[in-house]
Amino acid sequence: MAYLVLSDIEKTYGQFRALEGVSLSVAEGEFVCFLGPSGCGKTTLLRIIAGLDRQSAGRVEIAGKDCSAAPPEQRDYGIVFQSYALFPNLTVARNVAYGLASGGGGASKASERRVAEMLELVGLPDIGGRYPGQLSGGQQQRIALARALAPAPRLLLLDEPLSALDARVRLSLRRQIRALHDRLNLTTIMVTHDQEEALTLADRIVVMNRGHIEQAGTPGEIYAHPASLFVAGFVGAMNFFSVTATGKDSVRLGPLELACGHDHDSGSPLTLCVRPEDMILTGEGLPARIESVDFLGPVHRALLSAEGLGSFSIDLAAEQMRDFALESGREVRIKLPSERLQLFPGHPS
Amino acid sequence: MTSGIRWKSALLLGGWAAFLLVFLAGPLGALLVKCFEDRYGNWIGAANFAAFLHAPNLIGATHHSLFIAALTTLITLTLAFPFAFGLTRSAMPGKALFRAVAGVPLLAPSLLPALSLVYLFGNKGMLRGVMVGHSLYGPIGIVVASVFAAFPQAVLILTTALSVSDARLYEAARALGAGPVRRFFTITLPGAQYGLVSAAFVVFTCSLSDFGIPMVLGGHYPVLATEVFEQVVGLQDFGVGAVVGLALLIPVSLALWAENWSAKRQKALLSARSVLFRPARDRTADSGFMAYCGVIGALLLGIVAMGAFVSLITFWPYNLTPTLKNYDFGRFDEAGWGSFGHSLILAAGTALLGTALTFGGAYLTEKLPGFAGLKRLVRGLAMAPLGVPGMVLGLGYIFFFDRPGNPLSGLYGTMAMLMVCTCVHLYSVGHLTAATALKQLDGEYEAVSASLKVPLWRTFGRVTVPLCLPAILDIAIYLFVTAMTTVSAVVFLYSPDSKPASVAILNMDESGTVAAAAALCMVIFASSAGLRLVHMGVERVLLRRTQGWKR
Repeated sequence: MAYLVLSDIEKTYGQFRALEGVSLSVAEGEFVCFLGPSGCGKTTLLRIIAGLDRQSAGRVEIAGKDCSAAPPEQRDYGIVFQSYALFPNLTVARNVAYGLASGGGGASKASERRVAEMLELVGLPDIGGRYPGQLSGGQQQRIALARALAPAPRLLLLDEPLSALDARVRLSLRRQIRALHDRLNLTTIMVTHDQEEALTLADRIVVMNRGHIEQAGTPGEIYAHPASLFVAGFVGAMNFFSVTATGKDSVRLGPLELACGHDHDSGSPLTLCVRPEDMILTGEGLPARIESVDFLGPVHRALLSAEGLGSFSIDLAAEQMRDFALESGREVRIKLPSERLQLFPGHPS
Repeated sequence: MTSGIRWKSALLLGGWAAFLLVFLAGPLGALLVKCFEDRYGNWIGAANFAAFLHAPNLIGATHHSLFIAALTTLITLTLAFPFAFGLTRSAMPGKALFRAVAGVPLLAPSLLPALSLVYLFGNKGMLRGVMVGHSLYGPIGIVVASVFAAFPQAVLILTTALSVSDARLYEAARALGAGPVRRFFTITLPGAQYGLVSAAFVVFTCSLSDFGIPMVLGGHYPVLATEVFEQVVGLQDFGVGAVVGLALLIPVSLALWAENWSAKRQKALLSARSVLFRPARDRTADSGFMAYCGVIGALLLGIVAMGAFVSLITFWPYNLTPTLKNYDFGRFDEAGWGSFGHSLILAAGTALLGTALTFGGAYLTEKLPGFAGLKRLVRGLAMAPLGVPGMVLGLGYIFFFDRPGNPLSGLYGTMAMLMVCTCVHLYSVGHLTAATALKQLDGEYEAVSASLKVPLWRTFGRVTVPLCLPAILDIAIYLFVTAMTTVSAVVFLYSPDSKPASVAILNMDESGTVAAAAALCMVIFASSAGLRLVHMGVERVLLRRTQGWKR
């Protein structure tokens, strides 16, 4: 069942269109990531869901209720910001109790219990008496999370919550966020520009660019079947080739004629996308020359160049490296498997 | 932010704008109209302006005013910056004491330093030899007394600007190999830039507008402020007086422009992630700052001590017998001690009303989203009183509220009107202090509280106000003591039932009973100083309760 429904959201600042034609529906219990480069409108969209910014046009529906014009306090959600925004003059416990019914006056038994429960939940049970300035960044962000979750919202909004943290803290906090989501049966929306974060955390990724949604799908779909050239280039490593359609089931790539089903007119310019791990090193196919080899751990990534086609990369297993004695300067031949090729109209820019 | 909060904040901003329009723009508009009328209220076109341009004494006064104000600003900032820096960024002992001493000039009317300078360096002054033949009367005396009077305001603004800073910036700079000088010029100074610009313009326009000091020390050196008084009280020529007043309004546009320009460059210095700067002990630097603050403090106190001394002797320099007769004010002024009671009521009302108005207005313009046009209006109106000499504002009040048909004319001559006029007159410093403190808070608190369904007023009360409490207390005490000493804003507005002590001092000075004038200055000084001590105690308790996070 859809918990959050956005219909035709538009946001303009004077002449600038920050968002246009954004429609999306998020199921209850789903973990969705808004992914995109900075300035793509993902944070604006989150703030519109939160009611912190008001859309210029369109409809926001939360839990079956039209919230398009509702102020933030009439929407049921918790939010965490990149900068934590903890109140520096209040103790951790009072920060967490801030959104609870009795947060204003003396702490009631119920709110005290809730604070203890929340601090337990984020794994920081004993620091209620301290001030935010005395905590590490990761601890502050967990407190911000506890504060957002204390009023038991069903929707959790996260605005780049991990960007300001170091890698190890980020990794463990990422797991913790996902575990909290599952345990509390939350519906979660997280804004991020980190594709690895989105790929590992999300049930569904919404890739955004220049104010509109490029594609929404599971991490697997986004990775294997990008819906646009932008998504193909933004998520994961990708090689681009300029090709020309030669018929309904083939394209011309330099000297090669590749079998590849499509419905573009013969002669139209196309972009062919292949991921480095899908390229195959064989005795036949596209002649190329190894320019350099990078060691990535489980695999090596070789940078190749081919006459008239520019450079591209290919992933090679350690045993291939040994068996073929691959090194810079070697001439090799590369096969592009037709079932892994993606075609998009127009030439790459 | 959406609907409910949006229209509420629009309504509040509108309320602030309306208040300032009625009680600031209205009177100034009435004054502007007066510029085109003769003394009987007939329209005479630009004749008053022509009279101004063809009077060499008025043109000379314009040059004198600008010169005095520029020199006062330069000297005051040069002296005040190291003082404020020592108070905030060194670990010297006795900071609370120095802070209190820096505020001493605020506790007395500006007539006090003028009177003291006369007794120190005047023709029969105790130290007249120091002057080596130069006359105190003229630019020298005016500038020295003006620096004394403006010093606390510069220190107030600069300390607020310097008191919060991110220690991580300094650590980052050290790690990059920056020495103390480079850190000062790349972190401290840019961080204090907004405060410096604000302080410069507050000092500049205050010294331009003050008329108590040039009244006593001007001699044959006319300035614009005394010329307004001369035209209005001496010559009863309201039209030309209004034109001279208008000539003083030019700095307003400059101040506005500089404030906007500087505000655009100011980003939040203290985010929730910041680590508060704690000055480290440094024996050399600390004793240097202590010596400097000590010398400045001794000079400030010396000038006050001279006033006290004069008020307690029979007749300088001929009869030095101690006496309390100068304090029997009934002998010199018909209001007697009653004027002092009026001043207390005026000051208390101004402090309550003014603190709520200036901090509330600054919060609305700095922290609520949207309504850029309305905010610019409120900010502009909040800054405008800086360049409006109190007398000009007071004149405007006469012209505006005394005009037949004004529904508010019932206010005329009441204590309420004196309070409102004083609040408006002093609005800018309060607004700037509040805005400087608010700008240093993280911008996301309001969004967080909205998401937690906590009404904005509660976050205002539980987070914003506690974080800004030092600035709020500073504003309240500034308003109180300034209202105790203000002359210019109320000199045309009082009635016998509301005549404040500061006006009584002016009357006594004019009638030649100077020692009694000094004595009433000392009464104001003593009461304000007493209140300041109570304030320091209260502040200490409140800070312990609300600023625990800083320790």
